[in-house]
Amino acid sequence: MSRRSKEVSWKAFLREESLPHQWCAGCGYGVILKSMLYAFEKSGLAPKDVVVVTGIGCWGKADDYLYTNTVHVTHGRALPIATGIKVANPSLKVLALMGDGDSATIGGNHLIHSSRRNIDVTAIIANNLNYGMTGGQYSCTTPLDSRTSTSWYGDPEPALDICRLTETAGASFVARTTVYHVGTIERYILMALSHEGFSLVEVISPCPTYFGRYNKMPKAPIMLNWLKDKAISIERAKNLSEEELSGAIVTGVFADKKGHSFLSRYNEIQARAKKDLEGE
Amino acid sequence: MTGKIGFILGNEAIVEGALVSGATFFAGYPITPSSEIAERASRRLPQVGGYYLQMEDEIASIAAIIGASIGGAKAFTATSGPGFSLMQENIGLAVMAEVPCVIINVQRSGPSTGLATKPAQADIMQARWGRHGDHSIIAISPSTVQECFDLIIFAFNVAETYRCPVLFMADATVGHLREGCVLRSKDEVEIINRKRPPEGLDEYYPYKADEDLVPPMATLGGHYLSRFHSSSHNEKGLPTSSPEEAKDLIKRLYDKIEKNKDKIVKYKTFDVDGSDYLLIAFGGAVRAARQAALDAKKRGLKVGVLQLQTVWPFPAEYVCELAKDKKGVVVPEMNMGQIIGEVRKAVPDAIPVVGANRYDGEPLAPYEIMKALDEVLSL
Repeated sequence: MSRRSKEVSWKAFLREESLPHQWCAGCGYGVILKSMLYAFEKSGLAPKDVVVVTGIGCWGKADDYLYTNTVHVTHGRALPIATGIKVANPSLKVLALMGDGDSATIGGNHLIHSSRRNIDVTAIIANNLNYGMTGGQYSCTTPLDSRTSTSWYGDPEPALDICRLTETAGASFVARTTVYHVGTIERYILMALSHEGFSLVEVISPCPTYFGRYNKMPKAPIMLNWLKDKAISIERAKNLSEEELSGAIVTGVFADKKGHSFLSRYNEIQARAKKDLEGE
Repeated sequence: MTGKIGFILGNEAIVEGALVSGATFFAGYPITPSSEIAERASRRLPQVGGYYLQMEDEIASIAAIIGASIGGAKAFTATSGPGFSLMQENIGLAVMAEVPCVIINVQRSGPSTGLATKPAQADIMQARWGRHGDHSIIAISPSTVQECFDLIIFAFNVAETYRCPVLFMADATVGHLREGCVLRSKDEVEIINRKRPPEGLDEYYPYKADEDLVPPMATLGGHYLSRFHSSSHNEKGLPTSSPEEAKDLIKRLYDKIEKNKDKIVKYKTFDVDGSDYLLIAFGGAVRAARQAALDAKKRGLKVGVLQLQTVWPFPAEYVCELAKDKKGVVVPEMNMGQIIGEVRKAVPDAIPVVGANRYDGEPLAPYEIMKALDEVLSL
């Protein structure tokens, strides 16, 4: 089916007057943004049904380019803000767009508990493996030993696996891909949008300006090839040893569980409370 | 609960007042001495179709109520000193993005984890200046259980009117006090809801203010797309680094509170006409101040009491007007002397201003205020 046949085109979600965007040449965020717009189109949502919450960081600029409801907030707090919006107004489709700093480093506590709560929010995490906006410092997802502007002699801290963490914590839809595997971004986001409960899509993105330049990958094609070489599908990864998987980017769907979302559980709580009130 | 008289805790009265205001969302993290607010909210809100969310910390709690308010609900949270400190950054977000919400701080002794179960009023300057950046803020303080009920309704009303966070600065003496309280029904009180944009606009500008300096707030999912922004932004809600737009925004956010001060400031006076001395107090300290004034009367002294129900914005002009013909002023506070600085700035230099302070975790007693009054008499 051609995209044009859809009732609401992807362009309806794009704030064209804010273009050109501010992301660097070779950054993958434009690719992720357009994939998200395609997913919006296919989802059948209208711009007024969508609320996009962003935090601080390069990916936190995404709301500037969107023609949806947008809420731009403090660093690391997009998820609890999105939680409040969704609970107060369940008919809205609420997304939290966060980078690796926003979602997993400063906001790590909220990521764990949003997963556990299984709150009906979709998190789109653009992971460029460092803090781009502030000049390329290491984040909690920077690979061990990488050079960054604050780890000139190598990052002494091992990287956090966002998908394994959130899957363990209870998120019911978790998927990871990379900007190299562009077709899967739209597909995973579309799956996440139609999921009940907490859904998360992590997209590893090239940052040739900082992470790439500091790690002998100063051009986007080199970084994209690096992502291609590092990626191992979750199916293949099952048969590999920990050693063989060292430094790999495992891609695919980590969790896709039907079950109780926060809102469906709270509906039951309200029913019990009303019964209790009547019994008083 | 219509018009019933309850014998309840201050903390419980706060929840009942919030419900009458139409609040349907509470997010919080339990902390002494505010926990009864969370407990009652967790029972009462789901009964009326509302939501209680117990968040992972106070940062998430304030974030969730800001989100809920953006989503269209009247929302509140409750905490004490350590949690209030954690909330400061996002209270600034509510100021900047213009999100109505109510933050209750049942103050306890500090600093840090301090004396967890004991009262204080030592966060009152933090309430004014806790966030970074220039801005004004509204803070309201109850001194009785009845005021916990009545003033929380007022707090929601001003939050909705001015599209801003309102700090409800209770303290453990009032929050943990049990006394009679008339639980008024919705029909017996004035309830104000946020202003909505008119229908049929070609384009809705989320930060275009009306003459009262407050922009109408659209319902998400309704007629208009809306934008909320924590960074310096223009009327469209798009980020800007223009010095003019940045200045206009900061000025409007400040002015919408300061220029509407006469509608925000609420106070009570007791025997101030013809009095020679004035006690100026807020919150739990008002109770000791009123007793001290009665005790002084027995000694033949004419002592009036000014109770600041609204502490911020500080009613400097009114304090000056009231104090200018007095022989002296005493400012009782359960801290080392915070609001006394504002009083000194407001009253003429010739009038002596003395503090009656207690900061050991015990409530202020009338005799301590009398001692301060004696000091004024000796000057």
